[in-house]
Amino acid sequence: MATKSLQKRESELANSNRQLEILSNGIFQNGELSTFANKIKETNQFPLRPKKIEILQINLGYMCNQVCSHCHVDAGPDRKEIMTRKTMQQCLDVIANTGAHTLDLTGGAPEMNPLFRWFVEEASKVGVKDFIVRSNLTIIRANKKYHDLPEFFKKHNVHVVSSMPHWTRGKTDKQRGDGVFDKSIKALQELNAVGYGIPGSSLRLDLVYNPSGAFLPGDQVAMEKDFKKALMDEFGIQFHNLFAITNLPISRFLDYLIASENYEDYMYSLVEAFNPSAVANVMCTNTISVSWDGWLYDCDFNQMLDLKVASKVKHISEYNEEALQNRNIIISQHCYGCTAGAGSSCQGTVA
Amino acid sequence: MDKSYYNPRDLKKFGAISEWSEELGNKFFDYYGKVFEEGALTPREKSLIALAVAHTEQCPYCIDAYTQDGLQRGITKEEMMEALHVGAAIKSGATLVHGVQMMNKVNKLEM
Repeated sequence: MATKSLQKRESELANSNRQLEILSNGIFQNGELSTFANKIKETNQFPLRPKKIEILQINLGYMCNQVCSHCHVDAGPDRKEIMTRKTMQQCLDVIANTGAHTLDLTGGAPEMNPLFRWFVEEASKVGVKDFIVRSNLTIIRANKKYHDLPEFFKKHNVHVVSSMPHWTRGKTDKQRGDGVFDKSIKALQELNAVGYGIPGSSLRLDLVYNPSGAFLPGDQVAMEKDFKKALMDEFGIQFHNLFAITNLPISRFLDYLIASENYEDYMYSLVEAFNPSAVANVMCTNTISVSWDGWLYDCDFNQMLDLKVASKVKHISEYNEEALQNRNIIISQHCYGCTAGAGSSCQGTVA
Repeated sequence: MDKSYYNPRDLKKFGAISEWSEELGNKFFDYYGKVFEEGALTPREKSLIALAVAHTEQCPYCIDAYTQDGLQRGITKEEMMEALHVGAAIKSGATLVHGVQMMNKVNKLEM
């Protein structure tokens, strides 16, 4: 498994324009498959428009202690892009005035930003209803300075959402790196120990499942049942909900699809599983994604493809909710990933 | 005629069998769908049975479909292979148990 980001490897797929080209060529250019725009025109859902902004998703940086093979961020230890105090302050000003009820911190490993704790402390003072941190779990065990994170999360009533691709070591380590499974289990046990994930507890711990290969996720409810049983029986671990997320064909997952000659078949499965009722609730309709350097995007995927919002307001420093709600959402063929089957979002299925 | 009897893309056209016999085709797919719903067995258990039978029937379409289905359900490769051995054991058992018939015949005919 690679231990460097595409950017560090100087792969052509580190270039977002090249990714967009690939997503528009071949089977989509020759008409074998409908482009996403044509598909949603058929169901009268074009142009895709936002509803009320409910979630502000802030990416604190692309630095990560892991180099997962499916990562759409192309995150890793070699990525140095992290949010500065100035941009964080601009985000805090927006958080204080936004109508959004959910603040969702992501990365990379957001905890690796040296200003992470300061930012969480400041943001929690504003009193957003649901304050999420997307933690990869292993960060809690990666270094002594992170060992108290479960207590820190608890103190600020942070909702922890963690990745866990499978309840077996083999599948987990293959996707996320050697040793990730054991560290994740330990981290989950520590979160449980301070009260996270216990039924009835207000300290929310949800897990994210995404397939470890070129296939779509199964039924979220059934998977949650299997995860709960396996993690409880073997490790005594509890958690609240499982979010099943589809891998989108961008960045490192796109690189994997092409290298393993699964790209066309995967795109076929996404297009065949197209579900118009998922389109109605895709996360870009209620989310604004903010990059480490403050630019605004329809979602984290568009951020990685450098497709900034189609609005005169493009940066957190000039944030204006009304102007942002009056925009068209930018789409390409990767959007099929969010509309396949029961749909997919950072909060799990949508249909 | 195609150069191969099997084409992976044909699996996606399975539903087309109803075009030439709508009533029977629909009845079959209704039945098929119902069989795989949650019942006394979970869909996960049914998927493993289907995978084992796909191999004993040596149906490439079914192997393709139920390997994919198993992965989507989080079924591990160890579970898949164990299911196959159940199918293989029954197949070989079914061959070998007929040995009794052979033995009966030999015993009857030989002096």
